[in-house]
Amino acid sequence: MHRQGVGHPEAAAAFLRDDERAAWHDDALWFVRQRRDRATDLPEWEALREAGSALKAHAMSRLAELLVEFERRATASGVCVHWARDAAEHNAVVRGILRDAKVKRVAKSKSMLTEECGLNSFLEADGIEVVDTDLGERIVQLAHQPPSHIVLPAIHWKKEEIGALFHREMGTPAGESSPDALAAAARVHLRDALLNADAAITGANALVAETGGVVVCTNEGNADLGMHSAPVHIVCVGIEKIIATLDDLGVLLRILARSATGQPITAYTTHVSAPRPGAAMHVVLVDNGRTARLADADMRSALHCIRCGACLNTCPIYRRSGGYSYGHVIPGPIGAILAPAVDLGAHRSLPFASTLCGSCGDVCPVKIDIPGQLLTWRERSATAGALPGGYATIFRQLGRLLSRPVSFARAGWVARSALRTLRTLRFIPGTRVARRWNPWTRPGRDLPLAPRESFREWARRAGRIP
Amino acid sequence: MRVALAVPCYVDQLRPSAAQATLVLLERLGCDVNLAFDAPCCGQPMSNAGAVAAARGAATTWATSARPFDVVVMPSGSCTHHVRHHLPSLVSGDAGTHAARVTYELCEFLAGPLGMPQLTGRFAHRVAMHLGCHAQRGLRLGGSSELHQPPSGPMHTLLGALDGLTLVPLDRPDECCGFGGSFAIGEPELSVAMGRDRLTDYTTHQAEVLVSSDPSCLLHLEVIASRSAVPLRTMHIAELLEEATR
Repeated sequence: MHRQGVGHPEAAAAFLRDDERAAWHDDALWFVRQRRDRATDLPEWEALREAGSALKAHAMSRLAELLVEFERRATASGVCVHWARDAAEHNAVVRGILRDAKVKRVAKSKSMLTEECGLNSFLEADGIEVVDTDLGERIVQLAHQPPSHIVLPAIHWKKEEIGALFHREMGTPAGESSPDALAAAARVHLRDALLNADAAITGANALVAETGGVVVCTNEGNADLGMHSAPVHIVCVGIEKIIATLDDLGVLLRILARSATGQPITAYTTHVSAPRPGAAMHVVLVDNGRTARLADADMRSALHCIRCGACLNTCPIYRRSGGYSYGHVIPGPIGAILAPAVDLGAHRSLPFASTLCGSCGDVCPVKIDIPGQLLTWRERSATAGALPGGYATIFRQLGRLLSRPVSFARAGWVARSALRTLRTLRFIPGTRVARRWNPWTRPGRDLPLAPRESFREWARRAGRIP
Repeated sequence: MRVALAVPCYVDQLRPSAAQATLVLLERLGCDVNLAFDAPCCGQPMSNAGAVAAARGAATTWATSARPFDVVVMPSGSCTHHVRHHLPSLVSGDAGTHAARVTYELCEFLAGPLGMPQLTGRFAHRVAMHLGCHAQRGLRLGGSSELHQPPSGPMHTLLGALDGLTLVPLDRPDECCGFGGSFAIGEPELSVAMGRDRLTDYTTHQAEVLVSSDPSCLLHLEVIASRSAVPLRTMHIAELLEEATR
């Protein structure tokens, strides 16, 4: 878990200390990235990305209109629509609905929004039992952890560990770690929670303004089981999930699962546009900072995110540092541009948790310029005086040095001489300790080989420059 | 063709052989190379760290140096990317725009303004190609696997023209090496872990030589390889082409 005051570099170093697990985590996510590559190898893929980007930009530019249209149509179908300014209002609305319906047990399907709002602990404090019914989500819930990935919440768990957890929590045989057996046990356990719940809470992958319908995508059908059996269904959703038309949804569904897991489409894609006879359906539309982001022209397109997780799977940093190293409900490259919008000071290390390699931008199905926004957040950190320790001074001095050819040449000569001396010293007994102490050499690299002559010194000696 | 050779700060100090090889290669290809370009740095180290104000001085000196020239060639993809994409906004007046327009990465220059010369040479080794991320996804000088493009681009073509050279296939042909400028210092453990994984990809495919158009990636991978005694010769593309066509 991410602790207060711990930045990404420290958390990543801690994750990497178990190098076997780090390699395994990297491989597991790279496997998903490769499945994505195969599933998105379509002649029209770039056109789909373009269309995805355009439909989201369009929806964001007409956000208020589309939401009101959605509300009108949904209300006309008997859905009760609520608006929540922030996480506290969202939680209060949900609690109000559950109290009115005298709900004791809730079956929840995976929703990053309820994670963002801290709904589970809020409801549990009110004596309501909440069971996360997505298998991965249930695993981390039983272990009292938040999800470490937005699509694969328990990707950091090995099957043997899940076997031990299930043995403790569900009484599966000790030492049982076959995925089939564990899934079968989970199915029995979750079916009980799903069929005996007084209310179902789900997220939504899209709100379609044109139909007033809610679209929920899952691979396990757990959201469907919940909403089809409980007398109360509450949809908790961020307002940026609105899209204009069913045609837009067609594009979204083609890019979502392909980018997320490498499937052509999710196993269950469900449209809900009215409550079942005798049951109640609520939709809670949550802002929680989204309109403020919409007002920020440079960062606006981060709202286009459809939460496919492709940028997490492709990111060489995320794969080797794990979801918790980001200390934010949404980790990975997309989290690193969403978190600073919430609190730049607290998340100052995240825009720097990247080499700006650009893979996230190329993989993003709605073409969010993640690397560009990371750079913009770095600039804003500098302006706000929130650069990581020492950076401001170091780069001010370096900037001065690098703008003056003569001082640069002198400093370069000094630095190369020092490097050569240090590199020689490496061979003196006792310097193994020094190597461990030096932050450059500690993680496993030598000092650079410094040549005797710089290029310009050579060019001058060779008479090529005066 | 008259060209100016711009040598970035770290190449000047830490890998002068890449600049020397670039000079020799360009002259061998009939270019009239001017070495009067004396600005040390385009401002990328500061700019990438968000310290935009601190980057302006270096960027301005750089753009001023580029002013007299119609073509500036640089043996570095990431610096070229910075000049092209950031100098217009960092430098006041039109000097930044001019620099952005006339500056080329070496392979890009050979394939573009120089019309892709027919290089005849021999380099009988198993070679792993590493295109820096800014060259690849920033300047689009290579196929990106995310976009379903096969490994391609000017460096790929230049290497493919050499006799005896075997380009080894890689498991992750375009994954970042983990350098990332200040990232290498800010996140040392991650940076080294990423570099090690790249080296493993090269060595498991029996590469003898690692070639890149970015000396920064080479320097990073080199210090990790030397610490772990990985037997891999690192070469800048100019060094390789110069040696092969000697």
